[in-house]
Amino acid sequence: MNTAYQIVVCGSIVPDPLQTLEPVTGPAGPALKNEMMLPAVLDPWASHALYEAANFAKHSAGSKVWLVSLGPKAKLQQVMMTVAQKVPFELIALDGPASGFTDAAEVAALLTEAIQSIPGLDKAKLLVFGGWESASRGAGATMQIVGERLGILDQFQGVDELKLNPDGSLEILERIEGGKHQVSRCVSPPALLGWATGNLPEPKNNPQVGMVNMRTAMPALQKAKPVKLAGESLTFKSVSLPKQLRETKIVKDKSADDIAREIVEWIRK
Amino acid sequence: MPTATDMTPTPTLQTLPGDDIRQIMWRFADRYDLAMMVQACRAVARGPVARAVASGERNTHEWTPQKDALLKAFDEAGITSAFMEPSEGGYIEGPKNLALSLLAFELSWVDAGAATASLAGNLGLSPIHERGTPEQQTYYMSRAVPPKPGENRKAWRYAFALTEPLPFVGVETGMLGGKVRVAEWKDGGEPTLQVDKRGRFITNMGYANVVTAAVDSDDPRIKGSCMVILEETDPGTFDRGTPTKKMVHQLSSTCDPVFNLRVPASRIIGGYTVKGGCIVPNYSHGEIIEAVFRRTRVTVALMSSAKLLSAIEPVIRYQRTRFRGGEGGPGSPRYELGLQQKEDSQHRLIDVWATGEASTSLGFESARLFDQVDPLEKAKDQWLAEKKLSGRAALKELMKKQQEALELVRLSSQPADKRNSSRIDDLAADPMVKFSLLDSLANVFCPACKLWNTGHGATMMREAVSLMGGYGITEDCPGFLGQKWMDAQLEATYEGPEAVQRLQLSITMTNELFLAQFEQWIADMRRIAAQRPGTGACTLATAMRLWLWTLNHVQTATDADGAKLYHKTRQGVTFALADALCWLIAARQFILDVLELAEKGQANPALTDGLLSFVNFFTDLCHVQSARAGGEVGRICAELVHGYNRHPAWDEASCQACYCAEELESLEGIIPGIDSAARACADVTEASGSRSQKAGPCVSYAGLETFIRLRAKLDGCLTGARLAKDRAAEALTKVMIPEALDYPV
Ligand SMILES: Cc1cc2nc3c(=O)[nH]c(=O)nc-3n(C[C@H](O)[C@H](O)[C@H](O)COP(=O)(O)OP(=O)(O)OC[C@H]3O[C@@H](n4cnc5c(N)ncnc54)[C@H](O)[C@@H]3O)c2cc1C
Repeated sequence: MNTAYQIVVCGSIVPDPLQTLEPVTGPAGPALKNEMMLPAVLDPWASHALYEAANFAKHSAGSKVWLVSLGPKAKLQQVMMTVAQKVPFELIALDGPASGFTDAAEVAALLTEAIQSIPGLDKAKLLVFGGWESASRGAGATMQIVGERLGILDQFQGVDELKLNPDGSLEILERIEGGKHQVSRCVSPPALLGWATGNLPEPKNNPQVGMVNMRTAMPALQKAKPVKLAGESLTFKSVSLPKQLRETKIVKDKSADDIAREIVEWIRK
Repeated sequence: MPTATDMTPTPTLQTLPGDDIRQIMWRFADRYDLAMMVQACRAVARGPVARAVASGERNTHEWTPQKDALLKAFDEAGITSAFMEPSEGGYIEGPKNLALSLLAFELSWVDAGAATASLAGNLGLSPIHERGTPEQQTYYMSRAVPPKPGENRKAWRYAFALTEPLPFVGVETGMLGGKVRVAEWKDGGEPTLQVDKRGRFITNMGYANVVTAAVDSDDPRIKGSCMVILEETDPGTFDRGTPTKKMVHQLSSTCDPVFNLRVPASRIIGGYTVKGGCIVPNYSHGEIIEAVFRRTRVTVALMSSAKLLSAIEPVIRYQRTRFRGGEGGPGSPRYELGLQQKEDSQHRLIDVWATGEASTSLGFESARLFDQVDPLEKAKDQWLAEKKLSGRAALKELMKKQQEALELVRLSSQPADKRNSSRIDDLAADPMVKFSLLDSLANVFCPACKLWNTGHGATMMREAVSLMGGYGITEDCPGFLGQKWMDAQLEATYEGPEAVQRLQLSITMTNELFLAQFEQWIADMRRIAAQRPGTGACTLATAMRLWLWTLNHVQTATDADGAKLYHKTRQGVTFALADALCWLIAARQFILDVLELAEKGQANPALTDGLLSFVNFFTDLCHVQSARAGGEVGRICAELVHGYNRHPAWDEASCQACYCAEELESLEGIIPGIDSAARACADVTEASGSRSQKAGPCVSYAGLETFIRLRAKLDGCLTGARLAKDRAAEALTKVMIPEALDYPV
């Protein structure tokens, strides 16, 4: 029974969700206002995938985790200052746009190429992870296309749990309607898992883990291949933010029940 | 006439500066160890620390489990071990002044008390770190490192006990009440010491396992003073005392402890020798605390700086949203700009921001200076040891190096074609010359940043609070601005209050090597001004010249009674000039950091879109700050230069210089217009003997012509400063800020 996995996580950056996100039309189509200047974070869905990957690898001796990231190199580097402290992985960086307005198919092609270039890649050990969607684009298509291009037939989306059975098969919980999970059994790798939130808390920062990761992440960033996305097959009819209303009130001495009641009343208004 | 800078359309500030910008300005863009440490520390500051403040943990003097949990969070995030060498369990190679300053900055962004709790541990260890024997260093440093997974031990916590109950140590650190005696000394064995020490306001005392304490000899068999290491398990009394009822930094623990302990003499920090049956500590307590405070004061300075910069976002948000929900819907100025419609609200926030920038620039430059000085200082100690020099002989040798350093500065400021390059190269390659140069700067920068960042910082923090109106002084104020204001008073007080810093500056700023470099900076500022007129570098250069003139003047000038002006007892002169200098070097460092951003920022592709807007905005802030510095320096210098002369009275002696109205009248026939001309520029005694209604004849500027000219020039150099302020203020109304603060309220 083989328990040493090669886990490749695909994930890139999105603007920090606390920032003001305002769509604008730039020379190259739609974009977010000041996007390059806003602080970025690792896409939350991909983050869950990365933490789950690291956790799975920790419990399966001999396993290794890669993070394949397509994004502007300088911004990726900044995000690595946090992400690299969380869990051990090796970075493969592609220097290109990471905005929510790129073509999922083009992105998937580049990610696939990067995965295929991993030395010693063994499909019999390969688990490809990613987010089931992205915080900057909820199309949910990128990982599926990566899977197809890699010829991985066992694909799971909206995954919340991955367990290794004693016989070496994988047990996977996928989100379905009604707050329920569908339980699947996958006999062996290769498999592709698009993660929902998983079950793990965000690991704490640990600069000592970071120092180890950065020894390989810095060179990876330095030699990140510049890639261009043509974006030719893609047009946007209109772009808008979901309507949101923010009303802040500071309460300190109310019970959770009272607060919940107030929120419900507010929603009903 | 508008200048070029006034007319160029400037891209206005688009977002608040992020990490990319800060890493370049504060010069750690190539240090990923530090960048990661910053992120780890930020997560703790804006997570558990902010939650502790928001949930009211500051409202008790006791050391609570919630406060204690923060220490664990520090340990887990690598904040505690950042001080240690990799060989001791740390992860940062080399000097750590910048690293610790960044930690202080990040924690204080939310709560400086949290920074104190963490840094006081380092302060407790610092006497050992700076002057301990190798054995003491290995033993105590490694025990401060938090246990790694699987290790079954607890990290030791440290405290530093210098301050004593009245009437002993406070500002004056020489009056030690703590005593050390020989308790037992068997032939050929190691002596056992009896240490009696009471502390006042000792940080970390609620839980420290080890205390480094300053004590004086109370025994003819021990020479002078020293610092000793006390452990909680030593035989005797280790009484932590009651918690101090402080109103500041409540996330740190402060008590008045009492120690009566027996310890082996090997606990004397830095070791001792036995001479003629007498224990001679290798370092006095004064020598150790000088080495310690030189470094740790910089981190304190950065606490206040962080708070000023942390205030910008919450104040902008408050101002903009002040009237939303009332009259005027989206799109109306009232809705969109709120209080930012008012010029005063904008201008005052610009003042807070400019001060925050300048003080942060000064603080981090000081930290970087010490990172450079640290290895050179070790090399210097080794060099002197190899030459077997100590005391006066060592000082003499160092003075020689100082003279060589002076020569280097003078040679380097000559025109390129007249320079003796080979001599310059030789001198520049000498590490002891380099040490002299940097040490003379560090001796000024450390007290300057501790004094100005915290003292003036506290004043500006009050400005920030006032911009929030009544909300500013409630616990619910976003960004905890009220607490930060009050806390600033502690930052200005502990580790040597402002008086101590002024005292130190009044000595170090007159060092000729420092002044030679200062002279060079004036020329540098003019050069910078030629390339970037909008920075206010020219204003600053004139203000620097005025300060230097005044310093030279007061060195020899006397007051109206013939008493010397520049004298250690005359703090009215020396301290005031020290204050003025701080304004200058802070504004200068801000300009240098903006230049660095303008140059190095181009290499970062993530900044392609925004670099120019940041550089333009910061350039305007520099101008604002330089003008403010010029104003302060002008005021202080004028008070000193004129203020110690007695004003002429309407007496015989002074009136000799006055014209007589009758004389003028008779001359009017020969020289038409003399009457009115004379009245315009001098005093006139009327025929009736009456004189103008004023204190006396106006003063004569004889001998002060250069000062008068410089002062007038400085006023003229303020030209454009308010235009810069208007531009910066306008940018404040346009900058995009996040939807919400990234830490709880
Ligand atoms: C919360 C807190 C934590 C602290 N933590 C520690 C710690 O961990 N370890 C430790 O050892 N100490 C600690 N201290 C003590 C702190 O360092 C002292 O309070 C400080 O050095 C000032 O001493 P003092 O209070 O005795 O003031 P004083 O010496 O009484 O001075 C009061 C004022 O008098 C004036 N003054 C005094 N001397 C002069 C002079 N020569 N020239 C001009 N003016 C002068 C100044 O205005 C000065 O501010 C802490 C204090 C506080 C409040």
